[in-house]
Amino acid sequence: MAKFEYAPAPESRAIVTIRPSYGLFIGGEFVQSTDGSRFKTINPSSEEVLAEVTEAGEADVDAAVRAARKAFDGPWGRLLGAERGKYLFRIARILAERAREFAVLETLDNGKPIKESRDVDIPLAAAHFFYHAGWADKLEHAGLSGGSGQPPKPLGVVGQIIPWNFPLLMLSWKIAPALATGNTVVLKPAETTPLSALLFAEVCQQADLPAGVVNIITGAGETGRHLIEHPGVDKVAFTGSTQVGKAIARSIAGTRKRATLELGGKAANIVFDDAPIDEAVEGIVNGIFFNQGHVCCAGSRLLVQENVAADVIMRLKRRLQTLRVGDPLDKNTDVGAINSAAQLARIRELTQVGESEGATRWSAPCTLPERGFWFAPTIFTEVSQSHRIAQEEIFGPVLSVLTFRTPQEAVAKANNTPFGLSAGIWTEKGSRILWMADHLRAGVVWANTFNRFDPTSPFGGYKESGYGREGGRHGLQAYVMTGATR
Amino acid sequence: MSPAATRRNSSEPNAAADQRIEVRKTYKLYIGGAFPRSESGRTYEVRAAGPAGRFLANAAMGSRKDARDAVVAARGAFGKWAATTAYNRGQVLYRVAELMEGRRAQFATEVAAAEGLTPARADRVVSQAIDRWVWYAGWSDKIAQILGGLNPVAGPYFNISAPEPTGVVAALAPQHSSLLGLVSVLAPIIVSGNTAVVLTSQERPLPAVTLSEVLATSDIPAGVINLITGRTAEVAPWLATHQDVNAIDLTGAANADNLSWAELERASAENLKRVLRPAGDGPGAVEPDWSRTPDLTRIKAYLETKTVWHPKGH
Repeated sequence: MAKFEYAPAPESRAIVTIRPSYGLFIGGEFVQSTDGSRFKTINPSSEEVLAEVTEAGEADVDAAVRAARKAFDGPWGRLLGAERGKYLFRIARILAERAREFAVLETLDNGKPIKESRDVDIPLAAAHFFYHAGWADKLEHAGLSGGSGQPPKPLGVVGQIIPWNFPLLMLSWKIAPALATGNTVVLKPAETTPLSALLFAEVCQQADLPAGVVNIITGAGETGRHLIEHPGVDKVAFTGSTQVGKAIARSIAGTRKRATLELGGKAANIVFDDAPIDEAVEGIVNGIFFNQGHVCCAGSRLLVQENVAADVIMRLKRRLQTLRVGDPLDKNTDVGAINSAAQLARIRELTQVGESEGATRWSAPCTLPERGFWFAPTIFTEVSQSHRIAQEEIFGPVLSVLTFRTPQEAVAKANNTPFGLSAGIWTEKGSRILWMADHLRAGVVWANTFNRFDPTSPFGGYKESGYGREGGRHGLQAYVMTGATR
Repeated sequence: MSPAATRRNSSEPNAAADQRIEVRKTYKLYIGGAFPRSESGRTYEVRAAGPAGRFLANAAMGSRKDARDAVVAARGAFGKWAATTAYNRGQVLYRVAELMEGRRAQFATEVAAAEGLTPARADRVVSQAIDRWVWYAGWSDKIAQILGGLNPVAGPYFNISAPEPTGVVAALAPQHSSLLGLVSVLAPIIVSGNTAVVLTSQERPLPAVTLSEVLATSDIPAGVINLITGRTAEVAPWLATHQDVNAIDLTGAANADNLSWAELERASAENLKRVLRPAGDGPGAVEPDWSRTPDLTRIKAYLETKTVWHPKGH
């Protein structure tokens, strides 16, 4: 055992007040559902019920879309970009002021380690609003107007559906660019993580955001379907599974609705023999065990050059034994809880398939808590390209290791999935990084780092990882009328 | 607050009983985050706008030595400010707007006195000055995205161009628009990571000094902005000839007494300063309309473009 044991270092949850039940945030205030039902959201690390929330029905969705339309046709649509931007600046500042409260709430509802919600999710969410606030009065400079010099026009009412892996951060990726460009929003958070979006509704109130500009409706797949299919929605923005993304693309086909889809991934983290191995190992760990592997761009496949494979795998296993798995509110925790029982079942199923198809499984020895949903960090070696664990998104703390000999082989294997969201390259040779980046069919390529995000940097995938980009100048395009389709 | 605005009417009943003599402010320079008097020991009288303008204050009359001290402070602050992330610089500029909003009454009073504006008009000018900080704050992390980019060179090379700040920028602030004009000249200098030495409006320096008090309590690091009050024609040549100044903005040459911007540009050629000429045609110089939303001209004036080549190959 380790020479020195860690003492518990729990973050206080006293900073957060969770109400026993929540309505829907429509037209600037919390209202009761007219045709919905109720469901409970739980803490995945303890299965404790946190609150009861509303499953919005079709009439609720309609009310939310109408409220958004009213705001778009009314005060919000008439507001100058500079004044719109000030609301976004306010939101950015309030998120920063209440950052710790959001971090604790996010960790309670999602199960992710407090150090990740505190140091990644919430600061990035605030930064996303700050960045887009500045765009609100500069859109004519963004190169979206077809040379007219006029600011591009917004689309109208945007229906947005976000996943449970980064609840507030995904909310900010959706709402900030939509508002900066002058649209109004109806957003549905994931059914297992609705609480930070409901707290965000309070932030909108504190910022005096005009009623109806942001509407938050909670619910599951059915609520989402009502939102996507509502005729009053001009644009759909979705982050989630490729399966649902395809269903959305089918659903809006033949309509004038636009869509951006940010879907699954099966990213390759490619390690060459000249890479600084210890740094690469840290990058591999960050790539797949960050946020329990619940990351669409996670480096879930390790492609390691054959002559260093044994060394890398040995060091990787040694490193995994030092990861601390457990109480997400503990500041020393590296790996938190799996977000839901359903997701845990999916991870277990795919790892069993991995074993039955012939790959070799190794899990870090660690004591998992009795209650809640947990999965030990796991790696599979002797994985072949046809294995399901090399092709399908597991969305959990599970790494599939494959080997290669030449850069060409690495590229061929890295590109050999239906996905194309991200990739990682580890080598000391700059020219090789750039050659690899040219040949990888992925929307984001990290070199000698992984899982870096910034509001200025566009994010999004090739192939079945979806279409459209979020963040940066390119992300604005998804929310404005552009020349050809005006 | 100007003296006249708060002086009690002595004909009021019982005025003597509750009469209070206000405490007046000493208006000083702002160099390296401190508020020195001019090393020359000189001051000059500042009066309200209009032919019979009342006495407002004695402002410090900055000297050659003050300007040189300011350049030293600006150079010392440059490295760290330029290396600050664009996101952080944006937040720092936005913070200035937040603090100005809290002092808007004071600014409005001073601008009204300096420029002879009605209270309503002065209030509008202050709002525009605050919003100008917000506008430029939003640019910090977008400049590179608009002005930089990948160059498709004909060969196996990664080639990218990105803007970088040029260094220490001297600026002659507008003579008429004492606050909005000043902010419009100052913010585009520092937003990209340059540091500034600014000669304020000669006859209307008081709003600038109050701005320096805002800056001192904002998150702008000491030395990033330095403000010198005094005679433009006296100090400007020392900045134009200074070999450690990288760029100079001659906007304040318009309406300045005894000052030739052509002479300043000629002096600036010695170390090839980047020169932003005053607006206008030919040898004349006019002060622009500061109420209009700016374009990128001022930001671009103080940027260098750096292009990086790197081979590609396996």
